[in-house]
Amino acid sequence: MEKWYLMTAVVLLGLTVRWTVSLNSYSGAGKPPMFGDYEAQRHWQEITFNLPIKQWYFNSSDNNLQYWGLDYPPLTAYHSLLCAYVAQFINPDWIALHSSRGYESQAHKLFMRATVLIADLLIYIPAVVLHCCCLKEISTKKKIANALCILLYPGLILIDYGHFHLGLALWGVLGVSCDWDLLGSLAFCLAVNYKQMELYHSLPFFCFLLGKCFKKGLKGKGFVLFVKLAGTVVASFTLCWLPFFTERAQALQVLRRLFPVDRGLFEDKVANIWCSVSVFLKIKDILPHHVQIIVSFCLTLLSLLPACVKLTLQPSPKGFRFTLVSCALSFFLFSFQVHEKSILLVSLPVCLVLSEIPFMSTWFLLVSTFSMLPLLLKDDLLMPSVVTTMAFFIACATSFSIFEKTSEEELRLKSFSVSVRKHLPRFTFLPRIIQHLFIISVITMVLLTLMTVTLDPPQKLPDLFSVLDSWLINSVTSLRKSGRGDPRQREEAPFTR
Amino acid sequence: MAALSVMTGGGSWFLALALGVTLLKCLLIPTYHSTDFEVHRNWLAITHSLPISQWYYEATSEWTLDYPPFFAWFEYALSHVAKYFDQEMLNVHNLNYSSSRTLLFQRFSVIFTDALFVYAVHECCKCVDGKKACKELTEKPKFILSVLLLWNFGLLIVDHIHFQYNGFLFGLMLLSIARLFQKRHMEGAFLFAVLLHFKHIYLYVAPAYGIYLLRSYCFTANKPDGSIRWNSFSFVRLISLGLTVFLVSALSLGPFLALPSIFCLWFKPQGPRGFLRCLILCALSSFMFGWHVHEKAILLAILPMSLLSVGKAGDASIFLILSTTGHYSLFPLLFTAPELPIKILLMLLFTIYSISSLKTLFRKEKPLFNWMETFYLLGLGPLEVFCEFVFPFTSWKLKYPFIPLLLTSVYCAVGITYAWFKLYVSVFTDPPVGKTKKQ
Repeated sequence: MEKWYLMTAVVLLGLTVRWTVSLNSYSGAGKPPMFGDYEAQRHWQEITFNLPIKQWYFNSSDNNLQYWGLDYPPLTAYHSLLCAYVAQFINPDWIALHSSRGYESQAHKLFMRATVLIADLLIYIPAVVLHCCCLKEISTKKKIANALCILLYPGLILIDYGHFHLGLALWGVLGVSCDWDLLGSLAFCLAVNYKQMELYHSLPFFCFLLGKCFKKGLKGKGFVLFVKLAGTVVASFTLCWLPFFTERAQALQVLRRLFPVDRGLFEDKVANIWCSVSVFLKIKDILPHHVQIIVSFCLTLLSLLPACVKLTLQPSPKGFRFTLVSCALSFFLFSFQVHEKSILLVSLPVCLVLSEIPFMSTWFLLVSTFSMLPLLLKDDLLMPSVVTTMAFFIACATSFSIFEKTSEEELRLKSFSVSVRKHLPRFTFLPRIIQHLFIISVITMVLLTLMTVTLDPPQKLPDLFSVLDSWLINSVTSLRKSGRGDPRQREEAPFTR
Repeated sequence: MAALSVMTGGGSWFLALALGVTLLKCLLIPTYHSTDFEVHRNWLAITHSLPISQWYYEATSEWTLDYPPFFAWFEYALSHVAKYFDQEMLNVHNLNYSSSRTLLFQRFSVIFTDALFVYAVHECCKCVDGKKACKELTEKPKFILSVLLLWNFGLLIVDHIHFQYNGFLFGLMLLSIARLFQKRHMEGAFLFAVLLHFKHIYLYVAPAYGIYLLRSYCFTANKPDGSIRWNSFSFVRLISLGLTVFLVSALSLGPFLALPSIFCLWFKPQGPRGFLRCLILCALSSFMFGWHVHEKAILLAILPMSLLSVGKAGDASIFLILSTTGHYSLFPLLFTAPELPIKILLMLLFTIYSISSLKTLFRKEKPLFNWMETFYLLGLGPLEVFCEFVFPFTSWKLKYPFIPLLLTSVYCAVGITYAWFKLYVSVFTDPPVGKTKKQ
């Protein structure tokens, strides 16, 4: 492409920002006995290197599952094993069984950070660059600006473990959008086998590919495609799970570790519906456990059904991306045992639609970063968070001139406001409301950040700030969901394509 | 909302570039810092705790005050802000004190004072020729110059990692150059005089200022053929300059070989551009032949050269060779492992951007580099790989630990000497600016 050097500059800048942020503290630094996610990653290298495969997911004297037991699918384990081989070469003390628990040193930190950077460089960043280059109907300069914004998204820079799965999922999206269906589905299957949360994205993939098969005709090419896809999925799953298929107990145990339904509707303070509602209505106490699961399942399904049905009937890459956002958001808001970091699974698809609705996407991405504030503060990442958020905001504001593009059409709310105007003819001020809401939300985020950092919460409400944070996020994300518009209405309005 | 949209709309690219690099500087806060950090902490302590008469005598620490008085006053002013961060850093006996608050204060003081540099770059952009005006923002000389100056690799790593206060000092220098371009000679002279009293290293370029101001300001007009018109001499101007400018003999600092260029500036004046060329030559000559020169002094030549680089293809070529080798020669300053990716990534960023953008700007003229120069610049890659990744694992590391430094210095010296030579030639071979034409 022309101006390749600008794209190279953007990539180098993205890498520099990632590395400088990683020079800061990591989660659980210097906090025995459990430490944090960093120690979990190190521990998995220790386990996978020293123990045979059959013992990786089982509790034993050598492998205490209470201490950061493996709870991700096998591909994570294989990746840890690969890193462990490198660690063994550099310094065996880092992964010595038992004795390396809580190992912390400058050299080890560099090693762990380097593995993350290399993974980003090889998988995630090329996917982002390719995605931006493949965008249609926008100038080269805008493509490069798009790449800059995505690479500067703070959420993925600040959360310190590698985002292998997001990179693989992105390759999946790319493949499927560019009609390399088999490669795309292979990449996505690998992503799911890396982290089970990728299942949030699975329905849109399924619906899009199914829709493609229908379009090609179920009796001819479509059927062939369907069979090929099914074969790819089965093959990739089998390949990843092969060592665990030898005994039934093995596979079941892994599944039990991956889906801990015993852990309850939600943990900590996460910005989804359940947590927010529980401030007023203690759902955890009112409803029995199995009913919670059913309610959460039903609500999740209901909220994502319309978008998925539409995608199956009218498959298109654009619709696919929007459906990814919609489904991931549904899962995040209504699903079971959602972690704060799962917002990243929503953020990734939102980054993909950044060029189409810049204003709302930027708003959402800012709020999503803010939603992880309690986590980031716990890891001493206040300065990098503030700096990267500001950098991201400036990049988006200058690249997309977001404040100038807030007409109804650009916000994709045309059909919504047209239908409201049928009843209230004077309803013309929706864009202005949205703009004001944006300003209010930014001010609130800044204030909440300042308060969380400087003040101590009142005695009776120790989690006041975290809860206020999650309410704010909830309101914005719900607004965003409604902003997508009812799929049926979208068909009526010709300008939303 | 309208205000926000104006701010972020077109024309705000400069602000975005400035803010962006400022945020990057904030991210560099936790990186390695050199003994210069302690030097400045000590000077904060000295100027805050002791009476003026003691400032240049105090020797509890090995890092005694060895900059001119204005810098001492600058540290004094900073110390009044420092006391709100951490009182302990102002204690002269707290050697090597570096609490997190001290670090934060010092780093922020560098970032904050860089505001002057940003302003100076803004003024320099106004002096850049908009003749090659293209609609495309990224191909405008102003845009390229802003990136080359604001995101200069050398300045970033020396000021914000190694730790120094070069930003605002270069800001003063660039501002004085800009004022001379804008024909505001008195201001330019004043700013340079102030700069000299901040850091005496700028004496290297004083001859350029002196001769230019004497020849092109005190003599108010030229004869039709460009030579001096003696009866146009203005005593008023000379005296006002003399009152403003402080010219110490630069001979003792070694820029002997800059003399020919200074003569050229007298006999064949080429306006502000000629002055700038002479200034760069003075800086470069002193770097090459001066006494006790520090690696960082190469920035004194690179930064002003950026202004010339967006004007002519020939200058762009010399600038690229000078800046690439000059920046690479700064690598030994950052020898710690965590900073290795930063220096490589930032170096690649600046080098790839500068070469590509200038090549695009001058694509209609002949190529910027011949095969020899290309080869030489590409050779920096294998050199870096050998020095940082191969050599430490060989057996020579114990016996000859100085080899990487030796190789780096020698290799870069070739490039810098070559650039110096080419620049000298360009001073003499370029045609003088039109005799009666307005400059």
